[in-house]
Amino acid sequence: MARFFDEQQYAIVQAACARLIPTDQDPGATEGGVVDFIDGFLGAFATDPPLIWAGGPFSGRFGGDPRFASFHRLNARDELAWRTRIEGSQGIPERERLGPVVGLQERYRTGIATLGDDFAEVPDEEQDRRLKANEEFLELIHEHACEGMYGAPEYGGNRDLVGWNYIGFAGDVQPRGYTDEEVSQP
Amino acid sequence: MSRDFDAIIVGSGPGGSTAADVLTSAGWSVCIFERGKNFLVNLEKPSELLYEFSNDEIKYWSRHFLGPDPWLEPRTFRMTPDDGDRLSIGEVNNLPATVGGGGTHADGKVPRFREDDFRVLSDLGPMEGTSLADWPLGYDEMEPFYAEAERLIGVAGEAGANPFAAPRKDPYPMPPGAPMYCAVVTSAAAERLGYHPYPGPTACNSVPYDDRPACNNCGFCGYFGCPIHAKGDPVASLRRALMSGKAELRPESMVSRILMENGRATGVEWIDAAGERHVERAGHVVLAAGATETPRLLLLSGLEHPEIGRNLMYHFQTLTFGQLPMRLHAHKGRSVTHLHDDFILINDEAQRAAKEAGLPWLKGGLVEHGGAAHPMLESKFYPWGPEHKDMMRESPMRDHMVGFTMQGEDMPQATNRIDLDPSIRDIHGLPVARITYKPHRHEIAASAHYGPKLEGILHEAGAVWARTATSPNVGAVIRQGSFTSSPIPASRHVVGTARMGTDPATSVCDAWGRLHQVPNVVVCDSSPFPTGAGYGPTLTLAALAIRNARAITT
Ligand SMILES: Cc1cc2nc3c(=O)[nH]c(=O)nc-3n(C[C@H](O)[C@H](O)[C@H](O)COP(=O)(O)OP(=O)(O)OC[C@H]3O[C@@H](n4cnc5c(N)ncnc54)[C@H](O)[C@@H]3O)c2cc1C
Ligand code: SF4
Repeated sequence: MARFFDEQQYAIVQAACARLIPTDQDPGATEGGVVDFIDGFLGAFATDPPLIWAGGPFSGRFGGDPRFASFHRLNARDELAWRTRIEGSQGIPERERLGPVVGLQERYRTGIATLGDDFAEVPDEEQDRRLKANEEFLELIHEHACEGMYGAPEYGGNRDLVGWNYIGFAGDVQPRGYTDEEVSQP
Repeated sequence: MSRDFDAIIVGSGPGGSTAADVLTSAGWSVCIFERGKNFLVNLEKPSELLYEFSNDEIKYWSRHFLGPDPWLEPRTFRMTPDDGDRLSIGEVNNLPATVGGGGTHADGKVPRFREDDFRVLSDLGPMEGTSLADWPLGYDEMEPFYAEAERLIGVAGEAGANPFAAPRKDPYPMPPGAPMYCAVVTSAAAERLGYHPYPGPTACNSVPYDDRPACNNCGFCGYFGCPIHAKGDPVASLRRALMSGKAELRPESMVSRILMENGRATGVEWIDAAGERHVERAGHVVLAAGATETPRLLLLSGLEHPEIGRNLMYHFQTLTFGQLPMRLHAHKGRSVTHLHDDFILINDEAQRAAKEAGLPWLKGGLVEHGGAAHPMLESKFYPWGPEHKDMMRESPMRDHMVGFTMQGEDMPQATNRIDLDPSIRDIHGLPVARITYKPHRHEIAASAHYGPKLEGILHEAGAVWARTATSPNVGAVIRQGSFTSSPIPASRHVVGTARMGTDPATSVCDAWGRLHQVPNVVVCDSSPFPTGAGYGPTLTLAALAIRNARAITT
């Protein structure tokens, strides 16, 4: 179940991400669950602690206690900063110290609306045309799609490590690390 | 006057932590104020290490995990006053705001300066538009403090490997760690062209050292915190200070003002995590807030001296990248393992280039041999669509890419400065630091001279293409994927904003880092540097911190 998007928004963002990082002989954004990463970020505060900073030091993928999934608590100031960024300043004085902030949630709502309700159903070329017509949103979603595909899976994307696997990247390797031979040899 | 501590230390980075270690060893009681959070060490005895850092691109690249959050604590930037009050608000050359400061983030190349770096003005002579000055001390005096700082931090290196290094009495505390494959390739090419690459002195354990393990080459080094405490971040010094029972460390505590009476500091005003203001008294105040925040704090405290904040220097970075046919796996290893110093020297060719540029002389800087490690960052550079997948599989901008960073020596200029922004406030309501910075044409000319030589090394190594950019960007704006080149320097080497000297009219600190105006305030970071050299500042600032902190106890 999505944290932030409604069903239609979810389908539109998923379709858009599939154009940015398509599925070919290797998995793409769809298999990587990139939309869930974006949904997790926009809905970060739906859980406590919020999905902002994954825990450490280890994920368990190369040994050690798996702690990435225990997200850090935010102090009051960090919460203010991240809520402002995500939810926008909404006229709340303490969020407008540096002027009004349009939140990421709002930018997604607007961006999704300009892609059109039928975005997920129209042909690929039309999807690309609509994405290009909306450069600011395209830049934002591209940035997040990359984070969702190649970031740690604990943030919701890179499902089953598909983003790392198809490029041959091992990801976080602590506490194993690499041997001196692996570092110095071809 | 009642006082609670012998000294208050502002900032827990390499400078403040070193000062804390030195002062507590001398039996002083200290209170260390750090505005950032603590992920490093348990504050109660036995002060076990904390393990919160991780190999996580999202947390460190995209979400300001180590702070400062650019919305809570922004800085502002302009190139010259002609730009108006500011060009931008947000992140300007941020070093982490966290217990351990920038030491937690750095990939820790920690060479010593050379003898002539302490006397550029008298050796080379003045240059128009600069405020060059000699240091009030020389290498011979620094040598034992350099050696001590190398032992404290834990430096791995090979004495004698760099023919241009200043003489040293002792070997490095540890042998060099494993050379990265990309650096093996580029340093062999550099050698064939007659240059002198060497394994860089690095603040990462190559063997277990000081109760901390050897580095296991995880590759998430520069810009990340070390998950296993193998890095020479200041955790060892901080832990020793805490274990002495003489130190208290207060994270999330922002010093807002130095309190002064009759030309003496009496303590500080500080703001806790809930926003409450408090006062703490001490006999001395040690400033180690870093070369951006230290002058800001002096100005916030109402100190007036025309030189405060001036002569701000970074390193003018020449970034030369190329694509090699083979895979280089620069995600294995400690970010940078090899350096060469050839471009710091002034030879006939450099003199000719200087003459052509209408300059009396021209200096480059240290060259770091590195690669590109991480796919999330890489992916943002590529176009979207089917091409994205092909590029990611091919990896021209990561797995096949090598790169040099030349840390070009910046000239000091009085017009490059930190002051208080006239209207932008941080979350505490305090005016933020405003950076006014534009490189001198010396740096630009040096980069233009050495960039092609760096490309030459890459071609010698077999590069199919090689390209050079600079930071700050001085040409047309470059856009690639979500990257846009910027006039804000990317260099994290910040020095020179409270220069030291013997004349109180032209310098902020004396030769011992003490403020001329308020002698019980001692600066223990890189702000007192009169010139920046073409080397990272961290070992030198730690060595100075040992010297200056010890001087107040004797
Ligand atoms: C990715 C990266 C790579 C680097 N690589 C190298 C390298 O290879 N070689 C090298 O020499 N250097 C390198 N550096 C730079 C190095 O980190 C700095 O030179 C060093 O950290 C400076 O130490 P400092 O103690 O002076 O200041 P900082 O490390 O900046 O510490 C200052 C501390 O003071 C705190 N503070 C500031 N103001 C206040 C206040 N008012 N109240 C309370 N606390 C305050 C800050 O939060 C901070 O924690 C690198 C930096 C980074 C980020
Ligand atoms: S490369 Fe080594 S020193 Fe750097 S973070 Fe990894 S283990 Fe720590």
